[in-house]
Amino acid sequence: MASLVAILDVKGKSLIQRSYRDDVSPSCIERFLPLVLDMEEDNVQVTPCFSDEGINYMHIRHNNLYFLALSKRNSNAAETIFFLHRLCGVLKEYFKELEEESIRDNFVIIYELLDEVMDFGFPQTTESKILQEYITQESHKLEVQARPPMAVTNAVSWRSEGIRYRKNEVFLDVVESVNLLVNASGNVVRSEILGAVKLKCYLSGMPELRLGLNDKVMFESTGRAARGKAVEMEDVKFHQCVRLSRFENDRTISFIPPDGEFELMSYRLSTSVKPLVFVEAKVESHRGSRVEYVVKVKGQFKRKSTANNVEIYVPVPDDADSPKFRASVGSVVYAPEKSAFVWKIKQLGGGRDYLMRAHFGLPSVRNEELDKRAPISVKFEIPYFTVSGIQVRYLKIVEKSGYQLPWCRYICQNGDDYVLRTISDANATGVIPL
Amino acid sequence: MAMAPPRKGENYELRQQLNSEYRDKRADAIKRVIANHTIGKDCSGLFPDVVKNMQTDDLEQKKLVYLYLMNYAKTQPELVILAVNTFVKDTADPNPLVRALAIRTMSVLRAEKILDYLASPLSRCLKDENPYVRKTAALCVAKVFDLKPELCVEYGFVETLRDLIGDGNPMVVANAVAALADIYEASQSLPATPPASPGRSSPPPSSRPSSDLFIIDGPTLTKLLVALNECSEWGRIAILNTLARYKAVDEKESEHICERVMPQFQHVNAAVVLGAVKVIMIHMRSVTREDLLKSLTRKMAPPLVTLISSPPEVQWVALRNINLLLQKRPDILANEMRVFFCKYNDPPYVKVEKLDIMVRLASEKNVDTLLGELKEYASEVDVDFVRKAVRAVGQVAIKIDEAAERCVGVLMELIETRVSYVVQEAVIVIKDIFRKYPHSYEGIIPTLCANLEELDEPEAKASLIWIIGEYAEKIENADELLGTFLETFKEESYPVQLQTLTAIVKLFLKKPDESQAIVQRVLQAATKDCDSADVRDRAYIYWRLLSSDPAAAKSVVLANRPPISLPQTTVAPAILEELITEVSSLASVYHKPAATFIGKGRLGAEDMQRRAMQPEEEMSREKALATVVAGQQAENLLDFDADDEVPSTSSSSQTLSMVGSGSNSGLTSKAISNVAKSSNPLDELMDLFSTAAMTTPTSQPIAPKSTVSGIQGLQDDHDDTFSGLSGLSSPPPQINGSTNSTQQQSQQQQQQQSSGGAQDDLLGLF
Repeated sequence: MASLVAILDVKGKSLIQRSYRDDVSPSCIERFLPLVLDMEEDNVQVTPCFSDEGINYMHIRHNNLYFLALSKRNSNAAETIFFLHRLCGVLKEYFKELEEESIRDNFVIIYELLDEVMDFGFPQTTESKILQEYITQESHKLEVQARPPMAVTNAVSWRSEGIRYRKNEVFLDVVESVNLLVNASGNVVRSEILGAVKLKCYLSGMPELRLGLNDKVMFESTGRAARGKAVEMEDVKFHQCVRLSRFENDRTISFIPPDGEFELMSYRLSTSVKPLVFVEAKVESHRGSRVEYVVKVKGQFKRKSTANNVEIYVPVPDDADSPKFRASVGSVVYAPEKSAFVWKIKQLGGGRDYLMRAHFGLPSVRNEELDKRAPISVKFEIPYFTVSGIQVRYLKIVEKSGYQLPWCRYICQNGDDYVLRTISDANATGVIPL
Repeated sequence: MAMAPPRKGENYELRQQLNSEYRDKRADAIKRVIANHTIGKDCSGLFPDVVKNMQTDDLEQKKLVYLYLMNYAKTQPELVILAVNTFVKDTADPNPLVRALAIRTMSVLRAEKILDYLASPLSRCLKDENPYVRKTAALCVAKVFDLKPELCVEYGFVETLRDLIGDGNPMVVANAVAALADIYEASQSLPATPPASPGRSSPPPSSRPSSDLFIIDGPTLTKLLVALNECSEWGRIAILNTLARYKAVDEKESEHICERVMPQFQHVNAAVVLGAVKVIMIHMRSVTREDLLKSLTRKMAPPLVTLISSPPEVQWVALRNINLLLQKRPDILANEMRVFFCKYNDPPYVKVEKLDIMVRLASEKNVDTLLGELKEYASEVDVDFVRKAVRAVGQVAIKIDEAAERCVGVLMELIETRVSYVVQEAVIVIKDIFRKYPHSYEGIIPTLCANLEELDEPEAKASLIWIIGEYAEKIENADELLGTFLETFKEESYPVQLQTLTAIVKLFLKKPDESQAIVQRVLQAATKDCDSADVRDRAYIYWRLLSSDPAAAKSVVLANRPPISLPQTTVAPAILEELITEVSSLASVYHKPAATFIGKGRLGAEDMQRRAMQPEEEMSREKALATVVAGQQAENLLDFDADDEVPSTSSSSQTLSMVGSGSNSGLTSKAISNVAKSSNPLDELMDLFSTAAMTTPTSQPIAPKSTVSGIQGLQDDHDDTFSGLSGLSSPPPQINGSTNSTQQQSQQQQQQQSSGGAQDDLLGLF
């Protein structure tokens, strides 16, 4: 529960605010940033929630904005923080770019939204698709007054009735992101697969859909023998349209989809994955003059697959200069703002490996500070491939037939934490011959 | 208008436009008014002109005027009446959006006059045919209760609200539940019911709705469980909160609730997941079926792990709660330590929490991976995080006996890096390892001593000095090393002075022949040149002990210290239970009971009452509260509340603080107060020590008020002693050691003494 919600700029000034309960004075907003700064000065950890003089400050950051909620009670912190993220998401849907400027320019509509997403401190509707049906920038131009869509209060709060398409289509994407951490000796310390099933629905009426996956638990519970591989998903999260109790009972994924694009489900597997794109770097550092890198990349996946748009970020000292690169494939650029150089390879075939060399000058004046030991991070995309082997067996539209397997794409990519700590000092071991 | 408004300026212009005959101009002007309000300009002067524009078909304009009213009704209470007519009309508008908007706005205007007109539209809206209006009206009841509870009771709104739980629309149910919970909470802080204050006349019954209304019965429960599966994510949270409050009649019902709530683990909203965890943790208590318990714990783990992939702020809230859950059920995430490995880009607040959880999950099986990871963290740049990582290595050593040697190995490697803060932290940690495993790793002492020069932080210095003193007989040049600290004795901070003093006395007791001179010097320095009472007093004690009875001195100073271990919980068991029922709330995030950070509420109110009766206790109570807030052993507060016998004698415990340590003085006064009851007060003392020395104090002694400060001090000391890893850890072991042996020693004498002489005897020792 929140008594007051405000969006602040980076200087802590309120851009827009809305009070939902009268127990917290708006002047507390001004105290937020000074409190944060004080904490930083006193070397106290600044956490998303803290309390001062009986007021609880809960905040999240987005770009240069603070989303702040204040409360005087023992509020539900998880709810409030998650709500702020949702609010942020709704505003992003409305204005694309969410920053100071877009908030100042759209204050009228933001007030309207704030009025609708929360009431008396209780979050209400944060489904931006539904909100867009009755809160629009052009509302006053409409001849007819807007009415609350049925969906706001319906059991199906995410889809409006009366949608019509001439051509009924469903597109399905299975995207798996791999997060892993490789330690200095090349072993995988931690790995997980975060999968998502995304749907693009252009269907008329209130269609009832059922999705079938090669889910191991379901095969086991129904006693059916799986043809081929079955996947054991550790944790599954569903869009609110999926009937959770039904899934709990017999693992059926049944739902009435929202219109358009949405993420139906996400799942997680913590099976160990070997690094699909493996990178190691040898560094030969001569303090005060130069530093040299030899980077080796290897595609450790099936030969018939290809990784597209591979980007390898190798960290270098902040003060490195005059870069020189030589790569057997792809192109290399220096990205001083990230203190790294980026090796871009358009296509990396499975089982292939490549080398590159980099040379940087270092200032002769020694940097007193310790070198940051950032790991190597990698970006890539492997189409038509999933690590887990998950497969869509069917997507049935109940009542109507004729939509067997719809358009379905698989893609495997890096997660936001695909890192390798495989930077080793070449002085200790030998340099790999090029 | 009484006063002629100025004829120029922006407000004048706006007023002109607000009264313009063209619609566009008026609409534009309202927007400008709101824009001015947004940037903080005061627009209250335009009140009548804005209100004139309330009646319009343009929904956007209506919303803006309503927004204006919400913000300025307070400043112009007598003019609000102008708006009432339109409000009442709007609540009967054919468009449900307008009806809802009107009732929503009307119920937050803080003006008596409006409230009188609110009753009939509200009862109409509560029975509206449109669910959107009903769900909005449900919350309005809570708003009205906040402003004027009597009104709600008079018109039976709370009863209507309760009927709405049976509504066919899940959103209405959810909001009704949320409103009821809100009213329930608010009504708790209203004047208490007669039994609590027998002296006063009971408050007018009308202000507080009958408590029956908040009791959830069987049929309601069924309705809630049905609605739970159908309503929006936010509605689910409200329902889950209510389910957490529900008291199941029997085990079967608890099982039923758990089974019905479990599917919510699959929800994408983190707050729903945590809400479900809360409900299950609460109702699990009465479940005894083994297989169900097992399946519940098994199913709880994956969703908790998935929360770690949320945005950082959500992650942090989840981590704080996981930390709490692990204290209650350490087994739920036993195999999941790897997911808590810190990412390079995690914000610091997330990293620190993860570190803490990793140590909690450390076991013989995964310790090697963990140590490798911690070593990696120790080479990062964030000094604070690096220190915590080093500290974690020490905690692991103390937690897992088998891994201690490997941990020491890691620490030695870290010391070799010669990075100043890493070395210092490592030294502090190694002191704790020596406390846990005495005489096991003496081989590393030379390496430590080699780093003597690099230490500049008091805690690190004090730790190293303690180690030198402890192993003085094995270190050949101990006198030389300690001598260097004696040189700069006056400039050192008090903890270092205390340690130097004790270490040299230890050295003297172990090698009396060669260190006569140095002990003289340190005693001189400590008694003459030192301005800390603690240091001085300790020096005097040593001096007298040494001069009167060297054997006694030996048993006091070189006594065996109680072993340290890692506490399984960071909060007292009673508080932990309470916090578990609050999962996902701020209390569970702060790891503090709500009463400590909220002035209002039930506990706070009781507190206030008692405070009024016993003003002399205020100081000590506040002190106790402050201690809790500081995140220390919070059960002091509970113990404190539990009894009311002895009047405060904080003054007496102050006069007795000769020993220079709060713990001793507190004990003495405890001894006095109990002298009459117990034949041998020192038995009591022993009890106290043994209880406090237990790592998981299942039964805390109920402390009489007079000793609160003392015991608090004692527990703080102990806290430091066993966690040993935080705060100024060095002096306490010494104090404990000395007090322990003091007891043992004087016990024999005590037994012959009459009970009245006990205190004299204790003091006589000094």
